[in-house]
Amino acid sequence: MKIVTASDLRTGAVVWWTGSDWSLHVEDAADAGDHADAIIAREQGAQKVCDGQVIEGTRDENGVRPAHIKDRIRALGPTVRPDLTLKPADPDAGNWVI
Amino acid sequence: MYQYDKYDQAMVDARVDEFRDQVARRLAGDITEDQFKPLRLKNGLYLQLHAYMLRVAVPYGTLSGSQMRLLGDIADKYDRGYGHFTTRQNIQYNWIKLEDAPDILADLASVEMHAIQTSGNCIRNISSDQYAGAAADELVDPRPYAELLRQWSSFHPEFLALPRKFKIAVIASETDRAAMLLHDIGIRIVRNDAGEIGAAFYVGGGMGRTPMIAPLIRDFVPLDQLITYAEACLRVYNRHGRRDNKYKARIKILVHEMGKAEYTRQVEAEFAHLLSQDIEPPLAELARIKAQFADPAYETGLADEIDLADPAFARWVASNTHAHKAPGYAIAVVSLKPVGGIPGDASADQIRLMADLARDYSFDELRVTHAQNIVYPHVRKADLFTLWQTLDAAGLATANLDQIGDIIACPGLDYCSLANARSIPVAQKISERFAANGKAEDIGELKLKISGCINACGHHHAGHIGILGVDRKGTENYQLLLGGSEGADCSLGTITGPGFGEDGIVDAVEKATDVYLARRESGERFLDTYRRIGMQPFKEAIYAKESVDG
Repeated sequence: MKIVTASDLRTGAVVWWTGSDWSLHVEDAADAGDHADAIIAREQGAQKVCDGQVIEGTRDENGVRPAHIKDRIRALGPTVRPDLTLKPADPDAGNWVI
Repeated sequence: MYQYDKYDQAMVDARVDEFRDQVARRLAGDITEDQFKPLRLKNGLYLQLHAYMLRVAVPYGTLSGSQMRLLGDIADKYDRGYGHFTTRQNIQYNWIKLEDAPDILADLASVEMHAIQTSGNCIRNISSDQYAGAAADELVDPRPYAELLRQWSSFHPEFLALPRKFKIAVIASETDRAAMLLHDIGIRIVRNDAGEIGAAFYVGGGMGRTPMIAPLIRDFVPLDQLITYAEACLRVYNRHGRRDNKYKARIKILVHEMGKAEYTRQVEAEFAHLLSQDIEPPLAELARIKAQFADPAYETGLADEIDLADPAFARWVASNTHAHKAPGYAIAVVSLKPVGGIPGDASADQIRLMADLARDYSFDELRVTHAQNIVYPHVRKADLFTLWQTLDAAGLATANLDQIGDIIACPGLDYCSLANARSIPVAQKISERFAANGKAEDIGELKLKISGCINACGHHHAGHIGILGVDRKGTENYQLLLGGSEGADCSLGTITGPGFGEDGIVDAVEKATDVYLARRESGERFLDTYRRIGMQPFKEAIYAKESVDG
């Protein structure tokens, strides 16, 4: 699947395009298909996000998984500070990155 | 310490106001990201993997207690309760909000700090010897010269759009503690045969994807021509440095491709021209700066003996203190490398505590080292035990300076958008392995440095053992290098062979140290043994069949 990701302009937080808005959670990401570039152009033009990118990923029964480790770390947070990730209570969250 | 005059303060305050306006216009949508990005980078504000990152300049690594305290407060007020001390003697915050950035810069300006020229193709923060002004082995305090260069390079209109970033280090001792030869310009303050003080210029060093050791291009520049000569070096680079390929744009490539002789010839010609233009600041300005780096009021008649009855304290003294020029005083180093910790990270509370201890025990002064540690430059030996106890209670008394646990590591793929692999988890595993096997103290001095990409912010080329993280088909892989050194015996590490996975690299490091322990001769460091016996015995041990996992 084609995933659109960007950074929130005000906070710099990693965000994922859900099909209608932006979410902090990669599992909310939608398949942007052939519309990814148009979504980025429109949303960056609206000055809500910056640094928009199209990345590869997969979706299965476990949810959405970006193909590259860099994007999985973006999705989770720093693996060396689980307390600062989006899933601080999940001791196995770091394994998802690897 | 240098204190701002009204011009310094006015320049920094004006920059805060300017950036506040730029941020407001960006948030209002009046300027695009393409327009805004170079403006935020000029103020040290990057967009990293998880958020904006702010890099704050610490000129030549010197901080007052009040400045350090504010750095702790910023970590709490605007970030997530910690900061990261860098290999450029700076501090970075990883979780900054754009809308907060102007307020942070205003707070920094209130204690004479800023983030100007911590990014972009300009002259970056001037670095120096972390023991400057205190070391027993230095010729003079190099910081007044670093400060003069800071003032010259700040907002220098000719050098704000160089072909690439530009890094200068200034030292004044034979022992190079600042990796001077691995800078774009390395300056060593020297005394000539006539007894005069001047500067030796080494130009064209650097790490990154094409590491080079800077050659000496002039062994003595009179101090009243220091800035003029630096200007000549920059002008030739600015004129001929490549702008068509960022990977070949650093001055090291120019000096290498043009040749040291031709580059030097052009610098000398430019220097002669500039001398006729009378651009050198008056020596009175250097004298004004020097007066602000006067020695603190050392007590006299102090004893040099230290009660080493407590074995843990004795280990810390042996490992983490350094000879001071004043009788009865020592230089004490706080290792920001606890076992299994994140190299260079300190919590807001730890930062404020270190500030308080500077006030109480080190004439209100601290230094940040390029090895990501903190220095108290002037501690009475009689105060060392109390200082150590307080640090120990805060998890800041790890006795491992320059040992294998004192690892330099860049933020790597956990934070950095340029990285290809994570650095910190590898550092943590090596630190834990050698804490568990108890070999670190026996091994002694071993500088291990890890970079998460070829840009080499973790100085892997200069590690006695270096590790470079690479991306191998989407998987983290780690190359091992041996034989690098950043010091006066500067050398570049050599890759051992095929890379390893995350656990494999930890095993490989241990095997390399085992070769050293088995083959060392009396008094040899790891680096000395490597240089004597060469790579082959290490390769044989590291790549013995059962050890290769990647």
